[in-house]
Amino acid sequence: MLADTVLFYIFALMVLGGGVLTITRRSAVHSAIALIVSLLGVAGLYLLQQAEFLFAVQIVLYVGGIMVLFLFVIMLVNLDIAAKQRQFNRQWLVALAAVGAAGIEIGYFILHGKSEFRIAELGARAATAPGLGNTEVLADTLFSQYLLPFELVSLLLLVAIVGSVIMAKKRI
Amino acid sequence: MYPVTTIHYLALSAALLLIGTVGVLTRRNIVIILMSIELILNAVNINLVAFSHAYQAVGGQIFAIFVITDAVAEAAVGLGILIALFRNKETVLADEVDLLKW
Amino acid sequence: MNFLDQIGLIPLFPLLGAVLMLLFGKRLDPQPASDVAMAPELSAPPSPAHGSRSRLKFVISLVCPGMVLLSFLLSSAAVWQLARTPGRIHQVIQFTWVAGLPFHMANGHTAVFQADWGFLLDPLSSVMILVVTGVGFLIHVYSIGYMAHDSGYYRFFGYLNLFVFFMLMLVLANNYALLFVGWEGVGLCSYLLIGFYFHKKSAADAGKKAFVMNRVGDAGFILGMLLMLWVLGSVRFTEINALLRGSGFHAEVAGFGVLSAMSLLMFIGATGKSAQVPLYTWLPDAMEGPTPVSALIHAATMVTAGVYMVARSAALFQLTPATSAIVAVVGAFTAILAASIALTQNDIKRVLAYSTVSQLGYMFVALGVGAYWVAVFHLFTHAFFKALLFLGSGSVIHALGGEQDMRRMGALRQRIPVTHWTMLAGSVAIAGIPGLAGFFSKDEILWQAYSALQGSAILWLVGLITAGLTAFYMFRLMYLTFYGASRVPPEKAAHIHESPAVMTVPLAILALGSVLAGWLGTPKLWNLGESFRLFEDWLAPAFGPAVAVEHPASTEWLLMGLSVAVALIGIGVARYFYAIRTDIPGRLAERYRPLYTVLYHKWYVDELYDLLFVNGVGKGFGRLCARFDLRVVDGGVNGAGWLTRFTARISMWWDTWIVDGAVRLTSFLIKSLSYPVCILQTGRVQAYAFYVVIGFLAFFGYYVTR
Repeated sequence: MLADTVLFYIFALMVLGGGVLTITRRSAVHSAIALIVSLLGVAGLYLLQQAEFLFAVQIVLYVGGIMVLFLFVIMLVNLDIAAKQRQFNRQWLVALAAVGAAGIEIGYFILHGKSEFRIAELGARAATAPGLGNTEVLADTLFSQYLLPFELVSLLLLVAIVGSVIMAKKRI
Repeated sequence: MYPVTTIHYLALSAALLLIGTVGVLTRRNIVIILMSIELILNAVNINLVAFSHAYQAVGGQIFAIFVITDAVAEAAVGLGILIALFRNKETVLADEVDLLKW
Repeated sequence: MNFLDQIGLIPLFPLLGAVLMLLFGKRLDPQPASDVAMAPELSAPPSPAHGSRSRLKFVISLVCPGMVLLSFLLSSAAVWQLARTPGRIHQVIQFTWVAGLPFHMANGHTAVFQADWGFLLDPLSSVMILVVTGVGFLIHVYSIGYMAHDSGYYRFFGYLNLFVFFMLMLVLANNYALLFVGWEGVGLCSYLLIGFYFHKKSAADAGKKAFVMNRVGDAGFILGMLLMLWVLGSVRFTEINALLRGSGFHAEVAGFGVLSAMSLLMFIGATGKSAQVPLYTWLPDAMEGPTPVSALIHAATMVTAGVYMVARSAALFQLTPATSAIVAVVGAFTAILAASIALTQNDIKRVLAYSTVSQLGYMFVALGVGAYWVAVFHLFTHAFFKALLFLGSGSVIHALGGEQDMRRMGALRQRIPVTHWTMLAGSVAIAGIPGLAGFFSKDEILWQAYSALQGSAILWLVGLITAGLTAFYMFRLMYLTFYGASRVPPEKAAHIHESPAVMTVPLAILALGSVLAGWLGTPKLWNLGESFRLFEDWLAPAFGPAVAVEHPASTEWLLMGLSVAVALIGIGVARYFYAIRTDIPGRLAERYRPLYTVLYHKWYVDELYDLLFVNGVGKGFGRLCARFDLRVVDGGVNGAGWLTRFTARISMWWDTWIVDGAVRLTSFLIKSLSYPVCILQTGRVQAYAFYVVIGFLAFFGYYVTR
């Protein structure tokens, strides 16, 4: 148990630290790297929650796909000039205040809803059925119960592909 | 603090969400904004997985898969828009794109 | 052929002539200045070649006199038939001209005013139509020659014919209303003809003066007629005469009653028309018109209209001795006043004008004392010799090329013999030498003035003195004009020529009339038989029985002799002053300078009238009206303009501030209300994201606090 706790805190630090760094760096590349760290932390958290498939997907897709894409674009778009500009816009104070208020609200909500959601208890370890790992269970449910959303998502991906191709064209 | 309960994960998720929101609202560089959006989506994912583990239901994880897929699509298109914008306006700062100002 | 029933045609012939002149005159005589007649001395010399005048001018010369001739012939025929009509009266009513509503008379009965287009031929009107058409015709013929070189030929004849029409309407009318139509009409024609040379200011003014004075008298006429209507209920002569001579009305011997007022008002009308005091000053000024006009209108016919009207109203005047006395006194006063002025005048036509006024005074004296037939008789003879004298003077003026001042005449006897002899006949007639016309009528007047019931010795004396003055100034005229040394300027003397036959033949005919006409009314004293007293007998049915007053015959012979003597004395003195010792008039004028000046200036009556009426009433009233017009009327107009501008300014203010203000207010409101909302739309995505967060806050906050 202690290992879980320690790991949790390590990963939490990675996530939050990475997140804070992401939003505060001047250079976009630094922000990207910080985001990668954050995502890795998230992946670790998934592992702690016994969501192995998601851990893998997170690493492969998010870090290996999206962040690489981000880095490509950062390199494509010359951000030297942008790095010399003012980084935070004029509404930062007000935004901070609003978000702070939102945070207070969420905190209040969580604290008061403790008993309702049985969320103070330890997370139960799943009974590992022989031969049934996390991936199999996911696959079973995904292709039977959630087939329609699955297909729709594929459609979504198609649209995204077409859209991004068009967006990036020099001349439509 | 010793046993890590679901609440910890919720708090973490909320914190990450807020950080991401601050990033979206505050940074001028559009790339950073997009990255902040990824942060938000990850926060949601943490939340989903936490509850999925708490109730031993797999639906949460499946939803998380979908969220990731969605994030992918959105990042791709968003970056495409950024490139198109950069080509036309030579700027990646959100402040300077205010053509629809009244 | 019953001419008596056709008497309605008698006035219509000259009317036809006038209308033809109106329609076709310009075409028949298209001289360039045909509408504009210039006085002979002002106009350009006559057109270079006689052939350049219109060849159709003779049509005018034929038509207009011809119409009058037709009227004369018809009149003669009608009178001839009248002589054989019992009662010697014939009335023709053609249609009802004016019909009115019933009204209440003075005695409470109801009457209806009805004036018909009707004609009455009785002895009185028969004399008048013969005089008007006969003398009128002769004057028309004369005018053919006199106006030959005048531009405005057709206009002259048109007016002259129109005048004859109106005069005939006047004397033939069977009621006062139609008579008044003629009355006004001759006044109008008089105005038109006096002002014939309308480019001369003096002529235009004279015409205006004549018309205005006439109108003053006409006011009296109308009032009298209305009074007559109110008291007697009718305007028809026959009905009025029947009423007055019936048993309902008695002579107002003791003082002044309604009938006297009536007759006095009618007499006032007569003074205006016949130039008696005080409305006589227009007649001398009327000499501005062409000479034939003076002859016809202001000697023979129009001025006698007053006499005719009073004679026609004899039944009324016989019942009102007070008014008759006034008539006689006014007549006598006028006679001697005018004669006194005539003594000093130098214009040949002025002398004759004052002579006319004087002779009219005689006629009114006769009317005043009740000798109505005598007045008409004098009218008859006067027409002849006065027309003759005027036409003769016209001939003299024509011979001298426009000269009218007697001081520049003289010794014309040999040069223009026919004119001379005819004028001599006229002068002798007017002077009252026995044998010629004037003697018989004037002498009869003098006798009646003395001997009639209402006559008096004073009237007779005034008449006698006037007769002497008449003889004097007439022969003064003759001597100055025809005898003695010539004072004619040389350039005019060379052109002296006798008038053409078309002018001298009428002169001769009138001279004949002056000689013979008198023999129709010889005095009873002379006992020459019925045919020599035709006039009195002829007119007897018209005036009712005369009241005879007995006087010894010797008185009458005496008076007759006195009048002859006075006439001869007048002639003799004239001869002495102007033929034998021509220096005396000048010296007399010097010695009695004040008296001479007063007489020469016509007793300053014109100046008095100017002061009182023209300047006083006329100009004063004119100034008042001008002030009213300027202040009130123009003020009203200006005020309306100011009001309009003022209202416009208010309207503009309203439009600018309130109407436009409302519009601007609306747009301002919308803009200001939308401004806060516009601010929100910054175009920056992050701002919109912020709004999302705010929304989330609100939404979530609601659920949290529930």
